Amino acid sequence: MRNRFLTRVTVVAIGLCVAAVTLVTAQTPAYRAPRAPDGKPNLGGIWQAINTANWDIEAHSAAPSPVLELGAAGAVPGGLGVVEGGTLPYRPEALAKRNENRANRLKLDPEIKCYLPGVPRATYMPFPFQIIQSQKHIMLIHEYAGAVRTIYMTDQTEAPADSWMGWSNGRWEGESLVVDTKGFNDLSWFDRSGNFHSDALHVVERFTPRSADTLNYEVTVEDPKVFTRPWKMSMPLYRRVEPNAQILEFRCVEFVEDLLYGHLRKQPSQ
Amino acid sequence: MNRRSLVSVGILVLVAAVVLSATIAAQAPASAAKAAPAAKAAPAGKAYTPPKTPDGQPDLQGFWTNSTYVPLERPQGVTKEFYTPDEAEEAIKKAAAREAEQTEPGTTADVHYDFSQFGLDRSQSTIAKSLRTSLVVDPPDGKIPPVNAQGQKRAADRAAARKAAGGQYDSVQNMPIGSRCIIMGGAGPPMMNAGYNANYQIVQSPGYVMILTEMIHDVRVIPLDNRTQPPQGVRQWTGVSRGRWEGNTLVVETTNFNGKNAFRGASENMKVTERFTRVADDMIDYKFTVEDPATWDRTWTAEAPLAKTGGPIFEFACHETNYGIANILAGARAEEKQKAEQAKKGSN
Repeated sequence: MRNRFLTRVTVVAIGLCVAAVTLVTAQTPAYRAPRAPDGKPNLGGIWQAINTANWDIEAHSAAPSPVLELGAAGAVPGGLGVVEGGTLPYRPEALAKRNENRANRLKLDPEIKCYLPGVPRATYMPFPFQIIQSQKHIMLIHEYAGAVRTIYMTDQTEAPADSWMGWSNGRWEGESLVVDTKGFNDLSWFDRSGNFHSDALHVVERFTPRSADTLNYEVTVEDPKVFTRPWKMSMPLYRRVEPNAQILEFRCVEFVEDLLYGHLRKQPSQ
Repeated sequence: MNRRSLVSVGILVLVAAVVLSATIAAQAPASAAKAAPAAKAAPAGKAYTPPKTPDGQPDLQGFWTNSTYVPLERPQGVTKEFYTPDEAEEAIKKAAAREAEQTEPGTTADVHYDFSQFGLDRSQSTIAKSLRTSLVVDPPDGKIPPVNAQGQKRAADRAAARKAAGGQYDSVQNMPIGSRCIIMGGAGPPMMNAGYNANYQIVQSPGYVMILTEMIHDVRVIPLDNRTQPPQGVRQWTGVSRGRWEGNTLVVETTNFNGKNAFRGASENMKVTERFTRVADDMIDYKFTVEDPATWDRTWTAEAPLAKTGGPIFEFACHETNYGIANILAGARAEEKQKAEQAKKGSN
């Protein structure tokens, strides 16, 4: 009798706990963003990632600068990684290429040459980007190299040709902007550590407001030529809340000309 | 001859880089060989009410071109402000013929490239037609005002600095800014027609107007919230733009230029005021006023309408495939080496 009573009390208590947990979950529904004039979630603003993904999307320790003269200023900060599961599922030959890329980073990283950053790298470069949102087109305007993406919300087509930033078609799924991008060339990287892709790259990004000044950024990457399976990365993006925040020019072509063409400079005649 | 062929190679390669996008653009039916109606010669009629964006701004959105055969300054011998429609057609035909002429098969100039093959000549894409004899509308003679003493001194200083830096092919920094894929003429401000791919995309969201220039994926995000200009220390190739609506006209003021691609010899303290007014579904009236007392004793104003054109705009990755610049410089070094060897032989 007593035992049965105890059991009953326990069951009720457990039930209450479950109910409480359920209740708490129900009390924190997904964040609902302010609306744009067309009624869609308003993602407008200037955003920036605050992490070390541009150094290496996988987990990594702090490391010295690859350029001696830059000392601590050019050193690599450690990072916990943004890839779900921690490690990228490379095909064996692709992993070898990644390692070769990494070893020759100063010669091969497209960022060093001021080339367009590709996707998703553009999003987590250490530069802000601005979202200009209309019904037909959502523009992602990146400070780095003046890279720009047009996301077609209507008048969608297949990628007409391969490009650095790909061809993006978007749709709204509840609170999320879902962007499907294909038509990439095989020249951009994911980070400064040589992580790369082929022209078979297919990127699906989800931008979901999580508070007034933060977005969740989730990416699914598919590239059967380089990876054995699709993989995901995610990170928050933070609003640049300074009232005068704006995207400035980072027209870096000028900054890399001596690096790229300096050896072709006319030498003083002997 | 050697120098000319170097230039030709450079142009070939640069052009080859844009061929892809031009080819695609030519395939887009909406943009091909469609002339927009002539901009009204008289001030725009009041009858047209532009559509509004969901947040109530006059709607300038879409794809536009300022491609035109109208010269910035009124040609010698032309004294009137407007051509008749027939004269305007004739002027376009003549200009188009001149553009085609340089690529006449079998001529020396033909090695440059056949611009007409890939629609790079203006006549094959949308032209923002106008009856004007010059883009400059003020001063009324259609000419940019004379450069004042201060402006002339700056021009002389700049020329001397260029000369001191050596020959055009001595280093990449001596090459034209467009060939270096840093910035081209379409971005402005003021937005001048770029010769080919003179296309723009305008997107509006609450508080902002964004203008994307096809060459070289230059974007101006223009805030409409009356914020102040950044400090003088912030200087940019495209300056810093601030906008406001005056009725149906978007007024954009731009300062904080870096002076490295000085517009018509202006100083870095130039101020450009642009006015965008949608006067028809397929036409934006675009006027700009240039103010720079360090160069001109008076302001001057030009009008370069934007005609609706077919989208979309494709990625213009110029720097990433700029083989032309490396080849031009390498060619110049090879030429020097060859000459030096010949000189050595001669002296032996």
